[in-house]
Amino acid sequence: MRVYCAVFALGLRRYSTYRAATVAAVFTNVVFGLINASVLLALFHARPEINGYDATDAVTHVFVAQALMGPVAVMGPPLELAERIRTGEIAVDLMRPASPLAWWLSHDLGRAAFAVAARSVPTFTAGALVFPLALPDAPARWAWAAGALALASLIGFAFRYLYAVSGFWLLDTRGVSALTHLIGPVCAGMLIPLVLFPAPVAEVLRALPWAAMVQVPVEVFLGKDTVPGGGPAGALAFQAAWAAALLGLAALVTARAARRVVVQGG
Amino acid sequence: MYLLLAWTWCRAVAQYPGSLALLALAQAFSTAAELTAVLVVFGHAGELAGFTAREALLVYGLAALAFGTADLLMGSVERIGDHIRTGSLDTMLVRPVPALVQLAADHFSPHRLGKVVPAAAMVGYALATLDVPWTLGRVLYTPVLLAGGVAICCAIWTIGACLQFFVTDAREAANSVTYGGQALTEYPLAVYGRGIVRAATFTVPLAFVSWQPALYLLDRPDPTGLPEWLRFAPPAVAAVLCAAAALAWRAGLRHYRSTGS
Repeated sequence: MRVYCAVFALGLRRYSTYRAATVAAVFTNVVFGLINASVLLALFHARPEINGYDATDAVTHVFVAQALMGPVAVMGPPLELAERIRTGEIAVDLMRPASPLAWWLSHDLGRAAFAVAARSVPTFTAGALVFPLALPDAPARWAWAAGALALASLIGFAFRYLYAVSGFWLLDTRGVSALTHLIGPVCAGMLIPLVLFPAPVAEVLRALPWAAMVQVPVEVFLGKDTVPGGGPAGALAFQAAWAAALLGLAALVTARAARRVVVQGG
Repeated sequence: MYLLLAWTWCRAVAQYPGSLALLALAQAFSTAAELTAVLVVFGHAGELAGFTAREALLVYGLAALAFGTADLLMGSVERIGDHIRTGSLDTMLVRPVPALVQLAADHFSPHRLGKVVPAAAMVGYALATLDVPWTLGRVLYTPVLLAGGVAICCAIWTIGACLQFFVTDAREAANSVTYGGQALTEYPLAVYGRGIVRAATFTVPLAFVSWQPALYLLDRPDPTGLPEWLRFAPPAVAAVLCAAAALAWRAGLRHYRSTGS
């Protein structure tokens, strides 16, 4: 356990050294937030209420989603594990007395923890300064939202881990990550809120794990009753179930992949 | 020379056909996803800022076509930061080919056609189904508008990349202008209100990529009240921006001191 705590701390420290990149990322998130928010404001100006969302909800959705971009990493970057599998350095990792899954999980959670502090908070604050946002009034809802954020980060990691280990079979995962990092934002409600999709499509997307990364945390933050189970507890249970399923699958795939690795001497 | 280098890279990526196909598919999918977003928004609103969904499709297609083509031709220049850091820019500078050409052709990837082709199809579809008052002038001027849009995007891309000569980590910030610019121009600009339209016309001239050409093709008055002659400005704007990009490139190269490794 101590080793994973150390890896977590190292992940956190490592990303905290890329200061210029962090500032640039916040800037990009804010710019995209402003653009998306303007489009949705124009839309809600024409139609004041769509499937339970009003203009304030929509703008809040945009900025919560942009704030989630850092920790959850729906649009990448892919885990470095993918590159290690391609170059064969994974052989060294497999010799370590630590599970690769737990190792990369701790590392990525360290990155996510830093991203929450250095990317999510400034991005959301910038949005709140420009637009009136719907903030939770009860402390309990902030707590639920924090829980939803943590579970969303777990799911985000599980996805990127699965993409990376597909490299054991595909060797080059760039195509996989390019494709999945595009499907992700659409299915998650990052590109536009899932409530805007036609009801049958939205219904399907809501049941998929991607929704647990953006749409569900946003609705927990907004206190909507459209989340699975009708309340924050149900929403977090939905997220936890997907997190457990995906991490379980990741563990299974890791075990199978480790048996496939052939180390060429030299 | 550019063609030769580009062809070399095409042959290189063809060695991984699976990845190439997936990457092209990803590009096509991203276009489809953005298009879905545009259509969903317009599906709810019916009309935004006086534009119907089909007219918005034209605006989106023009924007995607210009940015996609610019990305295909010049997208690689944004990796200049890596070339500076690893010192491979030095190698490019001693070769008897202009460094900008080498940089632009570096990692030339045909998968970006995955964006250009659907975008071109969209523009074609929109122009065919919309009631465009075709005259000889329009027929002749439309390719000029398209080329102007591509040139503007290429210039913005190059200027953004040249910033990395001065600030090595500027890539993401430049991305918010290049990719952010694309996101901005996907919708009829009037959606954003007067302030943004003015800014996108007179500071970063993104309005000339899709907004003004669309107004021209649809033969509409500018809903934000800017004069009509602006829609004949794209070629001039493109020329000025390309000159600015050339200057930025020269200034950047002059400022460049090798990392020494």
